[in-house]
Amino acid sequence: MSEYNFAYLDEQTKRMIRRAILKGLAVPGYQVPFASREMPMPYGWGTGGVQVSAATLTPDDTFKVIDQGADDTTNAVSIRKFFENTAGVVTTEETEKATVIQTRHRIPEAELTEDQILVYQVPIPEPLRFLEPRETETRKMHALEEYGLMHVKLYEDISQHGAISTSYAYPVKVSGRYVMDPSPIPKFDNPKLEMDAIQLFGAGREQRIYAVPPHTKVVSLDFEDYPFEATKADHPCDLCGAEDSYLDEVIMDDAGNRMFVCSDTDYCRSRRAAGHEGRLAKEDAA
Amino acid sequence: MYVAVKGGEKAIDNAHSWLAEERRGSTDIVELSIAQIREQLSLAVNRVMAEGSLFDPDLAALAIKQARGDLIEAIFLIRAYRTTLPRFGYSIPVQTGDMACDRRISATFKDAPGGQVLGPTFDYTHRLLDFKLAADGNDTVAPMAGPRTEPTPHIAEFLKGEDIIQDEPTSDDLPGDLTREPMEFPSTRPLRLQSLTRGDEGFVLGMAYSTQRGYARNHAFVGELRIGKVAVEMDIPELGFAIEIGEVELTECETVNQFKGSKTEPPQFTRGYGLVFGQSERKSIAMALVDRALRWKELGEDNLGAPAQDEEFVLSHADNIQATGFLEHIKLPHYVDFQSELELVRKLRREAEERITPKEAAE
Repeated sequence: MSEYNFAYLDEQTKRMIRRAILKGLAVPGYQVPFASREMPMPYGWGTGGVQVSAATLTPDDTFKVIDQGADDTTNAVSIRKFFENTAGVVTTEETEKATVIQTRHRIPEAELTEDQILVYQVPIPEPLRFLEPRETETRKMHALEEYGLMHVKLYEDISQHGAISTSYAYPVKVSGRYVMDPSPIPKFDNPKLEMDAIQLFGAGREQRIYAVPPHTKVVSLDFEDYPFEATKADHPCDLCGAEDSYLDEVIMDDAGNRMFVCSDTDYCRSRRAAGHEGRLAKEDAA
Repeated sequence: MYVAVKGGEKAIDNAHSWLAEERRGSTDIVELSIAQIREQLSLAVNRVMAEGSLFDPDLAALAIKQARGDLIEAIFLIRAYRTTLPRFGYSIPVQTGDMACDRRISATFKDAPGGQVLGPTFDYTHRLLDFKLAADGNDTVAPMAGPRTEPTPHIAEFLKGEDIIQDEPTSDDLPGDLTREPMEFPSTRPLRLQSLTRGDEGFVLGMAYSTQRGYARNHAFVGELRIGKVAVEMDIPELGFAIEIGEVELTECETVNQFKGSKTEPPQFTRGYGLVFGQSERKSIAMALVDRALRWKELGEDNLGAPAQDEEFVLSHADNIQATGFLEHIKLPHYVDFQSELELVRKLRREAEERITPKEAAE
């Protein structure tokens, strides 16, 4: 596809996006408006992440794409192929080998390093959106650091359900200032938001970019008597036996039997390669 | 055993092949040409150009063919292509007063300079299926008159002479560009009009209709509707003057709206404006009505809380490419968030049961 520029976008557009990224890194958690372009894939399918990746990738990068933690989900395959075609970069499924990782809905289990960039696809960047639909209002609330509404919502959850009933896209406060939507990752992943790698968030349809620089304090909102709790299915992985990874629940037969497997396919694969075995590992091999 | 979705790449390739085969349909039937679509489905082509924001009938026809007639998909193809085109500059504003009109009607004056010209309209057709078209086609040749040479000034200009219609502020400020700057609110009228002209026809129509039914009614008369070609001129720095670089077909609608006056404005007629690529009457009239409804603040009117008055609501939801993308993305895998919800609901139910059970035991 030589008729397109490296990584599809023209250099002017990439420069505009890089400026937004730099501003985002300078003001952690702040949503920077940017002139999102129409990409050759639909809005809502990762156009924000794709634009951020396009502006971030260099020809020497090694690129990994995951969706739901997996490299082989259809949209991850599609986005990986897009950059193979338009940027000609090396791609990988191994988390360790990647320099840029684009993700939807998960943070990889393996700890990321300062040589890596994690790019999130974001559907609704505004953590206050479902409490206040107007952008004019929510921007004001951020400017005034007026987050009372969010705390009231969490409190009402507790008074109604006895627990905070947000299980993904769990709001965080970044560097003691901005409340941020970490994208729809399960709250299990929230503690990992404090990491060595650069985290960039792209929302194409909503025209926003935001960022968390390395080693930035990221606190999940909670109350002293109802502390934040990162939860996952109470099982080990049935394939690799991991106790510490986020699990997908898979229905196996008409009787409704379930198995639990790592949602991070590369993590599961590398553990099995190292000889770890879960409850059903033998059957799987058969 | 474990049968999670694997081999996505192969599945995607096969799906694309099947799609291509379905697009072609039965090979016993002659394949559609781009020229056939451009010439014989021209209103579909016009809609794709208008909402795709690119005036190119051949590309729009290609997009319609590629999209199997799904116009929103075709608009998407055009938008994605348009983004990759280099910007050489901006044309100078087109002069719609100098339009070579195929159609020009006014609902406010029985006659006016330039006259009433019906043009190729469905308006007075009886909507009876024409089975002759199915049988042996149609090579109708319309009777031809000589070209109209008289000037066709805008109807609103006549009212202006009488000082009875609201004056539009003029400005040489460069308007914002929706495709180059992120939309922020409150917006400006040029940006609102840009958003409406490329907005989804159905959405803009629905919004306009709601004003007619009383949600911020603004009682519009079609002061003028005109369809025709206008010259596009551009300043060429090397030449030092503007030259004509082409022409585009446009539909322009200006509404004249009843207005009793407000805190800031005297009683007068007010205006709404619609301008759309191609022959797109319904869209341009709807656009004018919504434009007028959105001008409440400027005209010192009350905000009645009607949807069509709400700039942020209208402009944030008018774009069908944004809307369809986000709507359809819920087809994508959501295993991870669904799993976290599963666990949460199970936990909440367990706790709720625990709260209920001991109470029953005690009773």
